Amino acid sequence: MTASDVFNRFGGVNLLPVILMILALPLIGSVSSWVTLTVAGLAMGMMIFLMASGLSLVFGLMDVLNFGHSAFISFGAFIAASVLAALAAWVSADSVILNALALFAAIAAASLFGLLAGWFFERVIVQPVYRDHLRQILITIGALIVAEQLILAIWGGAPIAVARPSFLEGSVIIGDVAIETYRIFACLLGLAVFVALSLVLNRTRIGLLIRAGVENREMVEALGFRIDRIFVGVFMAGSALAAMGGAMWAGYQGLISGALGGEMMILVFIVVIIGGLGSIEGSLLGALLVGLLGNYVAFLFPKLSLASNMLLMMAVLLWRPWGLRPAVKL
Amino acid sequence: MSAPVLSLQGVCTDIAQYQILHGIDLEVPEGGVYVLLGRNGAGKTTTLRTVMGLWKARAGAVRFRGRDITGLHTSDIARLGVAFVPENMGIFGGLTVEENMRLASKDGTFDARRLAWIQDLFPAMKTFWDKPAWALSGGQKQMLAISRAIIEPRQLILIDEPTKGLAPAIIRAMIDAFREVAADTTILLVEQNFMFASALGRGVSVIDDGRIVHSGTMADLVADKALQTKLLSLSLDAHQ
Repeated sequence: MTASDVFNRFGGVNLLPVILMILALPLIGSVSSWVTLTVAGLAMGMMIFLMASGLSLVFGLMDVLNFGHSAFISFGAFIAASVLAALAAWVSADSVILNALALFAAIAAASLFGLLAGWFFERVIVQPVYRDHLRQILITIGALIVAEQLILAIWGGAPIAVARPSFLEGSVIIGDVAIETYRIFACLLGLAVFVALSLVLNRTRIGLLIRAGVENREMVEALGFRIDRIFVGVFMAGSALAAMGGAMWAGYQGLISGALGGEMMILVFIVVIIGGLGSIEGSLLGALLVGLLGNYVAFLFPKLSLASNMLLMMAVLLWRPWGLRPAVKL
Repeated sequence: MSAPVLSLQGVCTDIAQYQILHGIDLEVPEGGVYVLLGRNGAGKTTTLRTVMGLWKARAGAVRFRGRDITGLHTSDIARLGVAFVPENMGIFGGLTVEENMRLASKDGTFDARRLAWIQDLFPAMKTFWDKPAWALSGGQKQMLAISRAIIEPRQLILIDEPTKGLAPAIIRAMIDAFREVAADTTILLVEQNFMFASALGRGVSVIDDGRIVHSGTMADLVADKALQTKLLSLSLDAHQ
Protein backbone atom coordinates (compact mmCIF):
# COMPACT_ATOMS: atom_id res chain seq x y z
CA MET A 1 0.00 0.00 0.00
CA THR A 2 1.54 3.33 -1.07
CA ALA A 3 1.53 6.58 0.92
CA SER A 4 -1.01 7.92 -1.58
CA ASP A 5 -3.34 4.96 -0.88
CA VAL A 6 -3.09 5.55 2.87
CA PHE A 7 -3.74 9.28 2.36
CA ASN A 8 -6.82 8.57 0.23
CA ARG A 9 -8.07 5.90 2.61
CA PHE A 10 -8.15 8.35 5.51
CA GLY A 11 -10.02 11.06 3.63
CA GLY A 12 -7.59 12.28 0.96
CA VAL A 13 -7.65 15.99 0.27
CA ASN A 14 -10.49 16.45 2.78
CA LEU A 15 -7.88 15.94 5.47
CA LEU A 16 -5.76 18.90 4.39
CA PRO A 17 -7.32 21.49 6.75
CA VAL A 18 -6.90 19.04 9.66
CA ILE A 19 -3.28 18.35 8.69
CA LEU A 20 -2.67 22.10 8.48
CA MET A 21 -4.16 22.59 11.96
CA ILE A 22 -2.02 19.81 13.41
CA LEU A 23 1.16 21.16 11.79
CA ALA A 24 0.43 24.67 13.06
CA LEU A 25 0.08 23.65 16.73
CA PRO A 26 3.79 22.98 17.50
CA LEU A 27 4.83 26.01 15.46
CA ILE A 28 2.50 28.32 17.38
CA GLY A 29 3.43 26.75 20.70
CA SER A 30 0.53 28.05 22.77
CA VAL A 31 -2.73 26.07 22.73
CA SER A 32 -4.87 29.12 23.50
CA SER A 33 -3.31 31.12 20.65
CA TRP A 34 -3.70 28.10 18.36
CA VAL A 35 -7.41 27.77 19.21
CA THR A 36 -8.01 31.48 18.68
CA LEU A 37 -6.20 31.46 15.33
CA THR A 38 -7.90 28.24 14.23
CA VAL A 39 -11.41 29.53 14.99
CA ALA A 40 -10.56 32.84 13.28
CA GLY A 41 -9.30 30.90 10.25
CA LEU A 42 -12.37 28.69 10.13
CA ALA A 43 -14.68 31.72 10.43
CA MET A 44 -12.80 33.58 7.72
CA GLY A 45 -12.86 30.43 5.57
CA MET A 46 -16.61 30.05 5.98
CA MET A 47 -17.23 33.66 4.97
CA ILE A 48 -15.01 33.28 1.91
CA PHE A 49 -16.86 30.06 1.13
CA LEU A 50 -20.14 32.00 1.05
CA MET A 51 -18.62 34.41 -1.46
CA ALA A 52 -16.88 31.76 -3.58
CA SER A 53 -19.41 28.92 -3.86
CA GLY A 54 -21.68 30.75 -6.32
CA LEU A 55 -18.80 31.83 -8.53
CA SER A 56 -17.54 28.26 -8.73
CA LEU A 57 -20.95 26.92 -9.82
CA VAL A 58 -21.42 29.77 -12.30
CA PHE A 59 -18.12 28.97 -13.98
CA GLY A 60 -18.66 25.22 -13.83
CA LEU A 61 -22.17 25.33 -15.23
CA MET A 62 -21.87 27.86 -18.03
CA ASP A 63 -18.15 28.47 -18.40
CA VAL A 64 -18.81 32.11 -17.51
CA LEU A 65 -15.90 34.14 -16.12
CA ASN A 66 -17.57 36.71 -13.91
CA PHE A 67 -15.07 39.30 -12.70
CA GLY A 68 -18.00 41.39 -11.51
CA HIS A 69 -18.76 38.92 -8.71
CA SER A 70 -17.05 41.16 -6.16
CA ALA A 71 -19.64 43.88 -6.80
CA PHE A 72 -22.19 41.68 -5.02
CA ILE A 73 -19.80 41.26 -2.10
CA SER A 74 -19.32 45.04 -1.81
CA PHE A 75 -23.00 45.87 -2.18
CA GLY A 76 -23.89 43.16 0.34
CA ALA A 77 -21.47 44.67 2.86
CA PHE A 78 -22.69 48.26 2.39
CA ILE A 79 -26.39 47.35 2.38
CA ALA A 80 -25.96 45.32 5.56
CA ALA A 81 -24.05 48.23 7.14
CA SER A 82 -26.86 50.65 6.20
CA VAL A 83 -29.58 48.36 7.54
CA LEU A 84 -27.70 47.86 10.82
CA ALA A 85 -27.20 51.64 11.08
CA ALA A 86 -30.91 52.23 10.46
CA LEU A 87 -31.78 49.65 13.12
CA ALA A 88 -29.21 50.99 15.59
CA ALA A 89 -31.67 50.84 18.46
CA TRP A 90 -32.30 47.12 17.86
CA VAL A 91 -28.60 46.45 17.31
CA SER A 92 -27.62 47.86 20.69
CA ALA A 93 -30.74 46.74 22.59
CA ASP A 94 -30.44 44.35 25.54
CA SER A 95 -32.92 42.00 23.86
CA VAL A 96 -31.32 39.10 21.98
CA ILE A 97 -34.49 38.87 19.86
CA LEU A 98 -34.15 42.48 18.68
CA ASN A 99 -30.42 41.96 18.06
CA ALA A 100 -31.16 38.85 16.02
CA LEU A 101 -33.94 40.59 14.09
CA ALA A 102 -31.58 43.43 13.16
CA LEU A 103 -28.94 40.94 12.04
CA PHE A 104 -31.49 38.90 10.11
CA ALA A 105 -32.82 42.06 8.42
CA ALA A 106 -29.28 43.10 7.40
CA ILE A 107 -28.37 39.68 5.99
CA ALA A 108 -31.79 39.28 4.32
CA ALA A 109 -31.61 42.74 2.70
CA ALA A 110 -28.10 42.05 1.38
CA SER A 111 -29.09 38.61 0.07
CA LEU A 112 -32.30 39.90 -1.51
CA PHE A 113 -30.32 42.60 -3.27
CA GLY A 114 -27.86 39.96 -4.49
CA LEU A 115 -30.72 37.83 -5.76
CA LEU A 116 -32.36 40.64 -7.75
CA ALA A 117 -29.13 42.26 -8.94
CA GLY A 118 -27.90 38.80 -9.94
CA TRP A 119 -30.94 38.34 -12.17
CA PHE A 120 -30.37 41.75 -13.78
CA PHE A 121 -26.62 41.18 -14.16
CA GLU A 122 -27.10 37.77 -15.78
CA ARG A 123 -29.79 38.90 -18.20
CA VAL A 124 -28.23 42.23 -19.22
CA ILE A 125 -24.47 41.76 -18.83
CA VAL A 126 -23.67 38.06 -19.01
CA GLN A 127 -26.24 36.54 -21.36
CA PRO A 128 -25.12 38.45 -24.46
CA VAL A 129 -21.57 37.11 -24.06
CA TYR A 130 -22.17 33.41 -23.36
CA ARG A 131 -19.34 31.28 -24.78
CA ASP A 132 -17.01 34.24 -25.35
CA HIS A 133 -14.45 34.44 -22.57
CA LEU A 134 -12.68 37.58 -23.74
CA ARG A 135 -15.90 39.59 -23.88
CA GLN A 136 -17.01 38.11 -20.55
CA ILE A 137 -13.83 39.35 -18.89
CA LEU A 138 -14.10 42.79 -20.48
CA ILE A 139 -17.78 43.38 -19.81
CA THR A 140 -17.82 42.00 -16.27
CA ILE A 141 -14.77 44.10 -15.33
CA GLY A 142 -16.55 47.08 -16.87
CA ALA A 143 -19.67 46.30 -14.83
CA LEU A 144 -17.52 46.00 -11.72
CA ILE A 145 -16.07 49.48 -12.30
CA VAL A 146 -19.58 50.90 -12.71
CA ALA A 147 -20.71 49.12 -9.52
CA GLU A 148 -17.74 50.46 -7.55
CA GLN A 149 -18.50 54.00 -8.73
CA LEU A 150 -22.13 53.52 -7.68
CA ILE A 151 -20.95 52.53 -4.21
CA LEU A 152 -18.77 55.64 -4.07
CA ALA A 153 -21.70 57.79 -5.21
CA ILE A 154 -24.14 56.30 -2.68
CA TRP A 155 -21.95 55.73 0.40
CA GLY A 156 -19.04 58.06 -0.29
CA GLY A 157 -15.33 57.33 -0.24
CA ALA A 158 -14.74 57.37 3.51
CA PRO A 159 -14.66 54.04 5.40
CA ILE A 160 -17.93 53.19 7.16
CA ALA A 161 -18.14 51.70 10.64
CA VAL A 162 -20.37 48.66 10.86
CA ALA A 163 -22.36 48.15 14.02
CA ARG A 164 -22.30 44.60 15.37
CA PRO A 165 -25.43 43.33 17.18
CA SER A 166 -24.85 43.23 20.95
CA PHE A 167 -25.42 39.49 21.27
CA LEU A 168 -22.50 38.85 18.89
CA GLU A 169 -20.14 41.13 20.76
CA GLY A 170 -17.68 39.68 23.20
CA SER A 171 -16.16 36.25 23.49
CA VAL A 172 -16.89 32.81 24.80
CA ILE A 173 -14.27 31.95 27.43
CA ILE A 174 -13.23 28.32 27.79
CA GLY A 175 -10.35 27.99 30.26
CA ASP A 176 -7.76 30.48 29.09
CA VAL A 177 -9.09 30.46 25.54
CA ALA A 178 -11.28 33.32 24.32
CA ILE A 179 -13.29 32.76 21.14
CA GLU A 180 -15.12 35.69 19.56
CA THR A 181 -18.87 35.06 19.42
CA TYR A 182 -19.09 36.56 15.94
CA ARG A 183 -16.57 34.02 14.64
CA ILE A 184 -18.60 31.15 16.06
CA PHE A 185 -21.70 32.60 14.40
CA ALA A 186 -19.85 32.93 11.06
CA CYS A 187 -18.73 29.30 11.29
CA LEU A 188 -22.26 28.11 12.06
CA LEU A 189 -23.82 30.19 9.26
CA GLY A 190 -21.25 28.98 6.72
CA LEU A 191 -21.77 25.40 7.83
CA ALA A 192 -25.56 25.79 7.56
CA VAL A 193 -25.23 27.20 4.03
CA PHE A 194 -22.89 24.37 3.05
CA VAL A 195 -25.31 21.75 4.39
CA ALA A 196 -28.25 23.43 2.64
CA LEU A 197 -26.36 23.63 -0.65
CA SER A 198 -25.25 20.01 -0.34
CA LEU A 199 -28.83 18.90 0.32
CA VAL A 200 -30.14 20.84 -2.68
CA LEU A 201 -27.38 19.56 -4.96
CA ASN A 202 -27.49 15.95 -3.81
CA ARG A 203 -31.12 15.34 -2.88
CA THR A 204 -33.21 17.31 -5.37
CA ARG A 205 -33.87 17.03 -9.09
CA ILE A 206 -32.75 20.61 -9.71
CA GLY A 207 -29.52 19.79 -7.86
CA LEU A 208 -29.06 16.73 -10.04
CA LEU A 209 -29.48 18.93 -13.11
CA ILE A 210 -26.94 21.45 -11.82
CA ARG A 211 -24.38 18.74 -11.07
CA ALA A 212 -24.94 17.19 -14.48
CA GLY A 213 -24.82 20.61 -16.16
CA VAL A 214 -21.47 21.41 -14.56
CA GLU A 215 -20.10 18.23 -16.18
CA ASN A 216 -21.70 18.42 -19.60
CA ARG A 217 -24.32 21.11 -20.25
CA GLU A 218 -24.81 20.06 -23.87
CA MET A 219 -25.91 16.59 -22.81
CA VAL A 220 -28.31 18.02 -20.24
CA GLU A 221 -29.94 20.00 -23.05
CA ALA A 222 -30.05 16.87 -25.22
CA LEU A 223 -32.01 15.24 -22.39
CA GLY A 224 -34.68 17.94 -22.68
CA PHE A 225 -33.67 20.61 -20.15
CA ARG A 226 -33.00 24.34 -20.71
CA ILE A 227 -29.66 24.79 -19.00
CA ASP A 228 -29.74 28.56 -19.56
CA ARG A 229 -32.88 28.80 -17.41
CA ILE A 230 -31.27 26.74 -14.66
CA PHE A 231 -28.20 28.93 -14.96
CA VAL A 232 -30.16 32.11 -14.21
CA GLY A 233 -31.28 30.56 -10.93
CA VAL A 234 -27.74 29.45 -10.08
CA PHE A 235 -26.38 32.90 -10.92
CA MET A 236 -28.99 34.57 -8.72
CA ALA A 237 -28.30 32.20 -5.82
CA GLY A 238 -24.54 32.67 -6.24
CA SER A 239 -24.92 36.44 -6.22
CA ALA A 240 -27.15 36.29 -3.13
CA LEU A 241 -24.56 34.14 -1.33
CA ALA A 242 -21.80 36.58 -2.32
CA ALA A 243 -23.85 39.45 -0.89
CA MET A 244 -24.50 37.41 2.26
CA GLY A 245 -20.76 36.78 2.54
CA GLY A 246 -20.15 40.51 2.10
CA ALA A 247 -22.66 41.28 4.85
CA MET A 248 -20.95 38.85 7.22
CA TRP A 249 -17.53 40.18 6.29
CA ALA A 250 -18.67 43.74 7.05
CA GLY A 251 -19.62 42.72 10.59
CA TYR A 252 -16.36 40.80 10.97
CA GLN A 253 -14.17 43.71 9.88
CA GLY A 254 -16.18 46.43 11.60
CA LEU A 255 -14.97 49.02 9.08
CA ILE A 256 -15.59 48.80 5.35
CA SER A 257 -14.54 50.77 2.30
CA GLY A 258 -15.27 50.59 -1.42
CA ALA A 259 -12.12 48.52 -1.94
CA LEU A 260 -13.58 45.61 0.05
CA GLY A 261 -14.95 43.70 -2.96
CA GLY A 262 -11.74 43.93 -4.96
CA GLU A 263 -9.66 42.79 -1.98
CA MET A 264 -11.90 39.81 -1.33
CA MET A 265 -12.08 38.89 -4.99
CA ILE A 266 -8.44 37.82 -5.03
CA LEU A 267 -9.11 35.38 -2.19
CA VAL A 268 -12.35 34.22 -3.83
CA PHE A 269 -10.59 33.43 -7.11
CA ILE A 270 -7.82 31.59 -5.26
CA VAL A 271 -10.45 29.51 -3.44
CA VAL A 272 -12.34 28.68 -6.66
CA ILE A 273 -9.13 27.71 -8.46
CA ILE A 274 -7.61 25.56 -5.73
CA GLY A 275 -10.96 24.01 -4.80
CA GLY A 276 -11.73 22.94 -8.36
CA LEU A 277 -14.20 24.61 -10.68
CA GLY A 278 -17.85 23.72 -10.28
CA SER A 279 -17.49 22.01 -6.93
CA ILE A 280 -19.14 23.14 -3.69
CA GLU A 281 -17.04 20.71 -1.64
CA GLY A 282 -13.93 22.04 -3.37
CA SER A 283 -14.93 25.63 -2.57
CA LEU A 284 -15.37 24.78 1.11
CA LEU A 285 -12.05 22.95 1.24
CA GLY A 286 -10.23 25.76 -0.55
CA ALA A 287 -11.85 28.44 1.63
CA LEU A 288 -10.91 26.66 4.86
CA LEU A 289 -7.31 26.25 3.70
CA VAL A 290 -7.09 29.91 2.70
CA GLY A 291 -8.66 31.07 5.97
CA LEU A 292 -6.52 28.87 8.22
CA LEU A 293 -3.25 29.46 6.38
CA GLY A 294 -3.85 33.23 6.24
CA ASN A 295 -4.30 33.38 10.03
CA TYR A 296 -1.44 31.03 10.95
CA VAL A 297 1.04 32.73 8.62
CA ALA A 298 0.01 36.23 9.77
CA PHE A 299 0.82 35.11 13.33
CA LEU A 300 4.01 33.15 12.61
CA PHE A 301 5.54 35.03 9.68
CA PRO A 302 3.75 38.40 9.34
CA LYS A 303 5.88 39.46 6.37
CA LEU A 304 4.71 36.41 4.42
CA SER A 305 1.01 36.82 5.12
CA LEU A 306 0.19 38.59 1.85
CA ALA A 307 2.03 36.00 -0.21
CA SER A 308 0.82 32.94 1.71
CA ASN A 309 -2.35 32.34 -0.28
CA MET A 310 -0.61 32.83 -3.60
CA LEU A 311 2.00 30.29 -2.51
CA LEU A 312 -0.80 27.95 -1.47
CA MET A 313 -2.41 28.29 -4.90
CA MET A 314 0.91 27.63 -6.64
CA ALA A 315 1.57 24.56 -4.51
CA VAL A 316 -1.92 23.12 -5.10
CA LEU A 317 -1.79 23.75 -8.84
CA LEU A 318 1.63 22.11 -9.12
CA TRP A 319 0.28 19.09 -7.26
CA ARG A 320 -3.26 18.96 -8.76
CA PRO A 321 -3.63 21.32 -11.73
CA TRP A 322 -7.39 20.67 -11.84
CA GLY A 323 -7.87 21.66 -8.17
CA LEU A 324 -8.46 19.70 -4.98
CA ARG A 325 -12.06 18.56 -5.51
CA PRO A 326 -13.11 19.48 -9.08
CA ALA A 327 -16.42 18.38 -10.59
CA VAL A 328 -15.91 15.12 -12.49
CA LYS A 329 -15.69 15.62 -16.25
CA LEU A 330 -15.36 12.55 -18.46
CA MET B 1 -44.99 3.64 -47.96
CA SER B 2 -45.34 5.49 -44.64
CA ALA B 3 -44.03 9.01 -44.17
CA PRO B 4 -40.42 9.20 -42.95
CA VAL B 5 -39.94 9.82 -39.25
CA LEU B 6 -37.03 12.16 -40.07
CA SER B 7 -36.16 13.98 -43.25
CA LEU B 8 -33.39 16.41 -44.12
CA GLN B 9 -33.68 18.56 -47.23
CA GLY B 10 -30.72 20.50 -48.54
CA VAL B 11 -29.20 20.90 -45.10
CA CYS B 12 -26.01 22.96 -44.98
CA THR B 13 -24.11 23.35 -41.71
CA ASP B 14 -21.00 25.39 -41.01
CA ILE B 15 -18.58 25.03 -38.12
CA ALA B 16 -16.76 28.32 -37.68
CA GLN B 17 -15.67 29.37 -41.20
CA TYR B 18 -15.81 25.83 -42.58
CA GLN B 19 -18.82 24.42 -44.42
CA ILE B 20 -19.20 20.80 -43.33
CA LEU B 21 -22.59 19.79 -44.77
CA HIS B 22 -23.21 20.75 -48.39
CA GLY B 23 -26.93 20.12 -48.83
CA ILE B 24 -27.77 16.84 -47.10
CA ASP B 25 -30.89 15.06 -48.35
CA LEU B 26 -31.86 12.15 -46.16
CA GLU B 27 -35.06 10.29 -45.28
CA VAL B 28 -35.21 7.92 -42.32
CA PRO B 29 -38.21 5.58 -42.51
CA GLU B 30 -40.26 4.57 -39.47
CA GLY B 31 -38.99 1.58 -37.46
CA GLY B 32 -35.76 -0.37 -37.32
CA VAL B 33 -32.20 0.80 -37.70
CA TYR B 34 -31.17 3.18 -40.46
CA VAL B 35 -27.43 3.50 -40.89
CA LEU B 36 -25.39 6.50 -41.97
CA LEU B 37 -21.98 5.36 -43.18
CA GLY B 38 -18.98 7.36 -44.25
CA ARG B 39 -15.30 7.86 -43.74
CA ASN B 40 -13.79 10.03 -41.01
CA GLY B 41 -14.64 13.68 -41.50
CA ALA B 42 -17.38 13.01 -44.05
CA GLY B 43 -20.02 14.80 -41.96
CA LYS B 44 -21.78 11.97 -40.10
CA THR B 45 -21.49 13.46 -36.62
CA THR B 46 -22.31 16.93 -37.93
CA THR B 47 -25.49 15.53 -39.46
CA LEU B 48 -26.63 14.04 -36.14
CA ARG B 49 -25.73 17.18 -34.20
CA THR B 50 -27.60 19.31 -36.72
CA VAL B 51 -30.71 17.14 -36.36
CA MET B 52 -30.42 17.51 -32.57
CA GLY B 53 -30.06 21.29 -32.84
CA LEU B 54 -26.61 21.27 -31.25
CA TRP B 55 -25.26 22.90 -34.39
CA LYS B 56 -27.62 25.08 -36.39
CA ALA B 57 -28.27 24.46 -40.07
CA ARG B 58 -27.44 27.52 -42.17
CA ALA B 59 -29.75 26.39 -44.96
CA GLY B 60 -32.24 23.62 -45.64
CA ALA B 61 -34.83 21.99 -43.43
CA VAL B 62 -34.89 19.24 -40.82
CA ARG B 63 -38.34 17.69 -40.39
CA PHE B 64 -39.39 15.32 -37.64
CA ARG B 65 -42.71 13.60 -38.40
CA GLY B 66 -43.38 16.35 -40.90
CA ARG B 67 -42.75 19.19 -38.41
CA ASP B 68 -39.96 21.62 -39.21
CA ILE B 69 -37.54 21.44 -36.26
CA THR B 70 -34.65 23.30 -37.92
CA GLY B 71 -34.62 26.28 -35.57
CA LEU B 72 -35.80 24.55 -32.41
CA HIS B 73 -33.73 24.52 -29.24
CA THR B 74 -32.05 21.19 -28.50
CA SER B 75 -34.15 20.67 -25.38
CA ASP B 76 -37.37 21.17 -27.37
CA ILE B 77 -36.24 18.61 -29.95
CA ALA B 78 -35.47 16.17 -27.14
CA ARG B 79 -38.93 16.70 -25.67
CA LEU B 80 -40.50 15.74 -29.00
CA GLY B 81 -39.16 12.23 -28.36
CA VAL B 82 -35.72 12.38 -29.93
CA ALA B 83 -32.84 10.88 -27.91
CA PHE B 84 -29.17 11.40 -28.64
CA VAL B 85 -26.20 9.21 -27.76
CA PRO B 86 -23.08 11.19 -28.71
CA GLU B 87 -19.78 9.72 -29.78
CA ASN B 88 -18.24 10.48 -26.37
CA MET B 89 -21.33 8.91 -24.75
CA GLY B 90 -22.15 12.05 -22.71
CA ILE B 91 -22.11 10.17 -19.42
CA PHE B 92 -22.14 12.25 -16.24
CA GLY B 93 -19.19 10.71 -14.43
CA GLY B 94 -19.85 12.39 -11.10
CA LEU B 95 -23.38 10.96 -10.94
CA THR B 96 -24.28 7.37 -10.16
CA VAL B 97 -25.76 5.05 -12.79
CA GLU B 98 -29.15 5.58 -11.15
CA GLU B 99 -28.80 9.38 -11.24
CA ASN B 100 -27.78 9.28 -14.90
CA MET B 101 -30.91 7.28 -15.66
CA ARG B 102 -33.15 9.38 -13.42
CA LEU B 103 -32.09 12.52 -15.25
CA ALA B 104 -33.28 11.00 -18.51
CA SER B 105 -36.64 9.87 -17.14
CA LYS B 106 -39.54 12.19 -17.77
CA ASP B 107 -40.45 13.10 -14.19
CA GLY B 108 -37.57 11.57 -12.28
CA THR B 109 -39.36 8.27 -11.70
CA PHE B 110 -38.95 4.93 -13.43
CA ASP B 111 -41.43 2.63 -15.11
CA ALA B 112 -40.56 -0.57 -13.25
CA ARG B 113 -41.21 -2.85 -16.24
CA ARG B 114 -39.12 -0.74 -18.59
CA LEU B 115 -36.29 -0.53 -16.08
CA ALA B 116 -36.36 -4.31 -15.61
CA TRP B 117 -36.25 -4.73 -19.41
CA ILE B 118 -33.20 -2.45 -19.63
CA GLN B 119 -31.46 -4.24 -16.79
CA ASP B 120 -32.09 -7.54 -18.59
CA LEU B 121 -30.62 -6.06 -21.76
CA PHE B 122 -27.62 -4.68 -19.90
CA PRO B 123 -27.11 -6.53 -16.59
CA ALA B 124 -24.24 -4.18 -15.68
CA MET B 125 -26.82 -1.44 -15.17
CA LYS B 126 -28.25 -3.46 -12.28
CA THR B 127 -24.88 -4.51 -10.86
CA PHE B 128 -23.49 -0.95 -10.82
CA TRP B 129 -26.80 0.83 -10.14
CA ASP B 130 -25.53 2.87 -7.20
CA LYS B 131 -21.92 3.23 -8.37
CA PRO B 132 -20.47 6.43 -9.86
CA ALA B 133 -20.44 6.37 -13.64
CA TRP B 134 -16.76 7.32 -13.89
CA ALA B 135 -15.91 3.91 -12.44
CA LEU B 136 -17.58 2.00 -15.31
CA SER B 137 -15.58 0.42 -18.13
CA GLY B 138 -15.84 1.82 -21.67
CA GLY B 139 -18.38 -0.82 -22.69
CA GLN B 140 -20.45 -0.26 -19.55
CA LYS B 141 -20.45 3.48 -20.15
CA GLN B 142 -21.77 2.87 -23.65
CA MET B 143 -24.46 0.59 -22.20
CA LEU B 144 -25.39 3.34 -19.75
CA ALA B 145 -25.56 5.91 -22.56
CA ILE B 146 -27.95 3.66 -24.49
CA SER B 147 -29.94 2.73 -21.38
CA ARG B 148 -30.41 6.41 -20.69
CA ALA B 149 -31.67 6.96 -24.21
CA ILE B 150 -34.30 4.22 -23.88
CA ILE B 151 -35.41 4.68 -20.27
CA GLU B 152 -38.43 6.50 -21.74
CA PRO B 153 -40.16 5.42 -24.98
CA ARG B 154 -38.58 7.48 -27.78
CA GLN B 155 -39.71 7.99 -31.33
CA LEU B 156 -36.20 8.39 -32.70
CA ILE B 157 -32.78 7.63 -31.25
CA LEU B 158 -29.67 9.15 -32.79
CA ILE B 159 -26.58 7.10 -31.98
CA ASP B 160 -23.07 8.15 -32.93
CA GLU B 161 -20.49 5.38 -33.34
CA PRO B 162 -21.47 3.20 -30.37
CA THR B 163 -18.86 0.52 -31.09
CA LYS B 164 -15.87 2.83 -31.06
CA GLY B 165 -13.17 1.34 -28.85
CA LEU B 166 -15.28 -1.60 -27.69
CA ALA B 167 -14.14 -5.25 -27.55
CA PRO B 168 -15.68 -7.64 -30.13
CA ALA B 169 -17.59 -9.57 -27.45
CA ILE B 170 -19.27 -6.36 -26.26
CA ILE B 171 -20.05 -5.37 -29.86
CA ARG B 172 -21.84 -8.71 -30.36
CA ALA B 173 -23.88 -8.10 -27.21
CA MET B 174 -24.67 -4.61 -28.50
CA ILE B 175 -26.05 -6.05 -31.75
CA ASP B 176 -28.55 -8.19 -29.82
CA ALA B 177 -29.51 -5.25 -27.63
CA PHE B 178 -29.96 -2.87 -30.56
CA ARG B 179 -32.20 -5.40 -32.34
CA GLU B 180 -34.45 -5.50 -29.31
CA VAL B 181 -34.48 -1.72 -28.87
CA ALA B 182 -35.23 -1.19 -32.58
CA ALA B 183 -38.32 -3.38 -32.31
CA ASP B 184 -40.37 -0.47 -30.98
CA THR B 185 -38.50 2.64 -32.10
CA THR B 186 -36.46 4.08 -34.94
CA ILE B 187 -32.69 4.33 -34.68
CA LEU B 188 -30.49 6.50 -36.86
CA LEU B 189 -27.06 4.96 -36.40
CA VAL B 190 -23.80 6.56 -37.43
CA GLU B 191 -21.16 3.89 -37.68
CA GLN B 192 -17.81 3.04 -39.21
CA ASN B 193 -17.84 -0.64 -38.23
CA PHE B 194 -19.46 -2.17 -41.31
CA MET B 195 -19.93 -5.57 -39.67
CA PHE B 196 -21.97 -3.97 -36.89
CA ALA B 197 -23.86 -1.67 -39.25
CA SER B 198 -24.74 -4.41 -41.74
CA ALA B 199 -25.95 -6.72 -38.97
CA LEU B 200 -28.48 -4.14 -37.85
CA GLY B 201 -29.37 -1.79 -40.68
CA ARG B 202 -32.44 -2.01 -42.86
CA GLY B 203 -31.70 1.10 -44.83
CA VAL B 204 -28.42 2.85 -45.38
CA SER B 205 -27.10 6.13 -46.65
CA VAL B 206 -23.49 6.89 -47.39
CA ILE B 207 -22.16 10.37 -46.79
CA ASP B 208 -19.02 11.81 -48.32
CA ASP B 209 -17.68 15.33 -48.15
CA GLY B 210 -20.91 16.61 -46.61
CA ARG B 211 -23.22 15.11 -49.25
CA ILE B 212 -25.30 11.93 -49.40
CA VAL B 213 -23.79 9.88 -52.22
CA HIS B 214 -25.88 6.75 -51.88
CA SER B 215 -29.15 5.64 -50.29
CA GLY B 216 -30.73 2.22 -50.45
CA THR B 217 -31.27 -0.98 -48.53
CA MET B 218 -28.51 -2.49 -46.44
CA ALA B 219 -29.13 -5.87 -48.09
CA ASP B 220 -28.29 -4.41 -51.50
CA LEU B 221 -25.11 -2.80 -50.21
CA VAL B 222 -23.99 -5.98 -48.44
CA ALA B 223 -24.58 -8.00 -51.62
CA ASP B 224 -22.73 -5.60 -53.89
CA LYS B 225 -19.05 -5.61 -52.99
CA ALA B 226 -18.14 -3.42 -55.92
CA LEU B 227 -20.52 -0.79 -54.60
CA GLN B 228 -19.02 -1.12 -51.12
CA THR B 229 -15.54 -0.63 -52.52
CA LYS B 230 -16.66 2.32 -54.55
CA LEU B 231 -18.56 4.00 -51.73
CA LEU B 232 -16.61 3.13 -48.68
CA SER B 233 -13.21 2.06 -49.96
CA LEU B 234 -13.58 -0.99 -47.81
CA SER B 235 -14.96 -4.47 -48.16
CA LEU B 236 -17.19 -6.47 -45.90
CA ASP B 237 -14.57 -9.23 -45.72
CA ALA B 238 -11.96 -6.90 -44.30
CA HIS B 239 -14.19 -6.15 -41.34
CA GLN B 240 -15.27 -9.67 -40.42
